[in-house]
Amino acid sequence: MITLTINGLEVPVEKGTTLLEAARFLGFPIPTLCHMDGLSPYGACRLCVVEIGEGPKAKLVSSCTYPAQEGLIVRTASSRVLRARKMVLELLLASCPQSKTIQDLASAHNVRQQRFRQEHEDCILCGLCVRMCKEQMVAKAIGFRGRGQTRSIGTPFDIRSEECRLCGGCMYVCPACQLRCTYTEPEKAVCGGCANVSPPCVEKEQFDDMMCYMTPCVACEIQE
Amino acid sequence: MKTDQVLSVLEKHEGDRGGLIAVLEDVQAKYGYLPAEVLKIVAEETGRSLVDIYGVATFYRSLSLRPRGKHLCSVCTGTACHVRGAPVIAGEFERQLETAVGATTEDKEFTLETVNCLGACALGPIVVVDGHYFSNVNSSRVKQIIKKTHAGLDEAEIKADRRVYLHTVSCSRCNHSLMDPNHKIDGSPAIRVTVSFERKHGWLRLSSLYGSFAVESEYPIRTDEIVDVFCPHCHAELKSAPACPLCNAPMVSMIVRAGGIVQICSRRGCKGHMLDLNGGGV
Repeated sequence: MITLTINGLEVPVEKGTTLLEAARFLGFPIPTLCHMDGLSPYGACRLCVVEIGEGPKAKLVSSCTYPAQEGLIVRTASSRVLRARKMVLELLLASCPQSKTIQDLASAHNVRQQRFRQEHEDCILCGLCVRMCKEQMVAKAIGFRGRGQTRSIGTPFDIRSEECRLCGGCMYVCPACQLRCTYTEPEKAVCGGCANVSPPCVEKEQFDDMMCYMTPCVACEIQE
Repeated sequence: MKTDQVLSVLEKHEGDRGGLIAVLEDVQAKYGYLPAEVLKIVAEETGRSLVDIYGVATFYRSLSLRPRGKHLCSVCTGTACHVRGAPVIAGEFERQLETAVGATTEDKEFTLETVNCLGACALGPIVVVDGHYFSNVNSSRVKQIIKKTHAGLDEAEIKADRRVYLHTVSCSRCNHSLMDPNHKIDGSPAIRVTVSFERKHGWLRLSSLYGSFAVESEYPIRTDEIVDVFCPHCHAELKSAPACPLCNAPMVSMIVRAGGIVQICSRRGCKGHMLDLNGGGV
């Protein structure tokens, strides 16, 4: 057993437990986007950052990938952590404002502005679908391709993969395309509509086109 | 699509797990690029998923999924080259070659690409064609570089570099000199041998400059043709035991007068050769 301190509370955990699991066990909320129980930790979204250590040596780490250490001092909601999380959310909003998952997280963390150039990407490269396909569905039909700016997720050669069984698991876990925020206008990055008593999106027309980062989308093909 | 080539590559790499990049490099060396069908074979044979292989193939710039041209022309667009006008040079190449960056010309001669830094910033702007560096390039030199490449960069370099070693060779059986003082290639006496292939029988003259691959022959020899080489004096075949390290074709051996043996590949176009100087004081 390892004993570590989270927000001043000492907690004994088993060896190999991540900081995220330990904090959630104690009931401290840590937002996550690319984490899912049953899938290997990935540390892509950086929403789960926590501060470890003390004084000038304190640093931010992603709690979903950081294993618990004896005597580690963890703060899950220090001002530095909250600032970093807000920044991450702003950047996520800048790339993918249509995602209801991201909009909800932004509302919950009091993000009221988005200061970056607005893009409307279909994918935030969290890798949830890739891990779902590989680890739970044991298919390995989709994966990362390219590098840097041209990095994308999809099937090899952009054609229907022979390995794909059309299970739809990738769409089920996707934070960008499973739920779509219909209120966000192109020029308006932060929606926050759901916080109103009568959400403004109810009267608005629904999007009729599905959005998906994959062409062709392996999940949507089930409907054909 | 010849699949036996990829199978031979995989056979060579059998047993070393994690050597995917090495496999893909060898496959690319065989085909010039990574064809989709070959990647599928690699996936099947190595037990990896096609997604992983495709991910690696698209991650590295040196691996290409599209056919490349005979000559690879890389324009450096690193910071130092950029401020000295690399974008203008890349644009000039695009105009002259009538292709876009990242694409191959229609005659499959040139592939034009930009690279981020070649690590020789003081010489910028730099253009690299088939491993030959051109420094301080300006847009007026672009045409010259393309012309030089068409003419053959290897020949151009032999003329510029006088340090190459000039050898005098003789037949390994009768020890008669194979030199032809009356016929010059690269400005020095040529090596004259007799070749036979496809029921043709004629002379072949090789450059005696080590490092030059210039040849002249009575009959045109197709690239990849394997020829039998004979001594013009005693008519013995100049064959040697080891195969070419590059293409496995038989090697042709000749005695170097200074002491030692030089072996060259009998396949036209193959640059495989071995020089074994046993203490000849060279």
